[in-house]
Amino acid sequence: MNWLQKLVGPRARSSTTGKGKVPEGLWEKCDGCGAVLYKPELEASLMVCPKCGHHHAIRARARLAAFFDEGSTQELDAALEPTDPLKFRDSKKYKDRIVGAQKQTGEKDALVSMRGTLKGNPLAACAFEFSYMGGSMGSVVGEKFTRAAELALAERMPLVCFSATGGARMQEGLFSLMQMAKTSAALARMRDAGAPFISVLTHPTTGGVSASLGMLGDVNVGEPKALIGFAGPRVIEQTVRETLPEGFQRSEFLLDHGAIDLIVDRREMRDKLAAVLALLMRQPKAA
Amino acid sequence: MNPNFLDFEQPIAELDAKIQELRHASRGQSFNIEDEIATLQDKLKTKTAEIFRNLTPWQVAQLSRHPARPYTLDYVGVICEEFHELAGDRAYADDAAIVGGLGRIAGRSVMIIGHQKGRDTKSKIRRNFGMPRPEGYRKALRLMQMAERFRLPILTFIDTPGAYPGVGAEERGQSEAIARNLLEMARLEVPIVCTVVGEGGSGGALAIGVGDRTNMLEYSTYSVITPEGCASILWKTAERAKDAAEALGMTAPRLLELGLVDKVVREPFGGAHRNPRGMAVRLKAVLLNQLDELGTLQIPALLDKRYQRLRSYGAFSGG
Repeated sequence: MNWLQKLVGPRARSSTTGKGKVPEGLWEKCDGCGAVLYKPELEASLMVCPKCGHHHAIRARARLAAFFDEGSTQELDAALEPTDPLKFRDSKKYKDRIVGAQKQTGEKDALVSMRGTLKGNPLAACAFEFSYMGGSMGSVVGEKFTRAAELALAERMPLVCFSATGGARMQEGLFSLMQMAKTSAALARMRDAGAPFISVLTHPTTGGVSASLGMLGDVNVGEPKALIGFAGPRVIEQTVRETLPEGFQRSEFLLDHGAIDLIVDRREMRDKLAAVLALLMRQPKAA
Repeated sequence: MNPNFLDFEQPIAELDAKIQELRHASRGQSFNIEDEIATLQDKLKTKTAEIFRNLTPWQVAQLSRHPARPYTLDYVGVICEEFHELAGDRAYADDAAIVGGLGRIAGRSVMIIGHQKGRDTKSKIRRNFGMPRPEGYRKALRLMQMAERFRLPILTFIDTPGAYPGVGAEERGQSEAIARNLLEMARLEVPIVCTVVGEGGSGGALAIGVGDRTNMLEYSTYSVITPEGCASILWKTAERAKDAAEALGMTAPRLLELGLVDKVVREPFGGAHRNPRGMAVRLKAVLLNQLDELGTLQIPALLDKRYQRLRSYGAFSGG
């Protein structure tokens, strides 16, 4: 990894990229400690560096596969696809951006949702795919999340969401903003019915997602050192015209300020959430 | 250049100034200039109509932040027979970027919440240019929940560039404050009528914008991001804000067409700032009408309709 990438950060990286630097992509350099890691080993530890514990980006599907009981999953609403209601065009057409993102990620949009079991107990879970247009929330993301929440509500089972997103998707204009209201309304119904929602905030979670479903967990969980906030650090720096303190808007900062309940290492996520959910659902202790 | 007129309003400003001048010069004189003034006034009318007929989205965005545009308290002053402002979030501070309080409109009790901008430098700073911090949203929620306890309908007035992006705001949970309002407003057991009167800037606007009706004044805007913000991200320069305003579809008629707002309230000739009173009177009639409509619904039906409305927002294919 060169200095430029180091500055830009691990945002767009994923388990399938990183080619070119090292032959056959079998080796990956850790963004945290710089150690050269054997890729299958890194993947086996859920993209967490076995040496320093740095959490690299993980693909939505890999995340969900590692979270649910093996073989228990069924994908939800996989056919939903974005349209282009505004015929949006900047330097590129939104239509073309969709095609590009779909090709690059193999996903129809930036949220994957599934139902399955966690240590034998049924639940729904969804994960943002950050490499799909920065994990931005447009109509499809909002709709899939809402449907997952409605399913969880109907079956009185928990919902877990792993977010990794820059916020609302500009290219769908006010449709995107309204997804904040829609997803929050669905969560209000879950609250009324006593179906738990756990929000796992992973690196990075900002903007309209953080300011809606992201912060609305009955339990809010952060992954170590994840950037979590409303405004991005660059916008804040431009507004207040000063350099931000070290660690500002990181999980540990949010924990200190009372915004999240706990920080959980990705490798322990499954055990921890299973235990918390079993207690909330008044189920026997998970195995 | 008259600073109280926008670039594209300058021809109006010039004619306006000419009329004033003539009036002034003719005072106490024997000759009659009424004919000339009448001609100029006709011209002013034609020119204004011409300019306002073909406004671009970027021009509308500028109108929505016009320095002379009426703000929440200006509306309250005309719409309400009485108003008692209530302050504070009971946890940290009072945020002057959001005002709220009890009002009486056509004899009925209502709770009023709105963004508030300042007119002069001092009040602009005090109001933080209408950009709330978490305590503003928490005050709004406190007042809305009070309204629920006393079964008062809620009227909100939206006019903000966005929630404030500052260090303190982040420390005190800007995201959580906005998110919680979205969740709670979806289930408040009283009618909520929201009106975008100026800038509807993103999550900072939506945080007092979830309800049973969404109105927009004709020259207000409602958007997921400011045109400047969008331009600096997608075009890499804020100077392309004009293009972003076009692309974002942020004007009232466009959003009505897309089914994202319920009603566009016509503005007086030349915009709300040319006749703030006329605008407020017009809006009052709309609000009373909507309160009547919503007042006939039982609470479960009201909440169900609200949910179905929010539920319907989205454009996608594949089921």
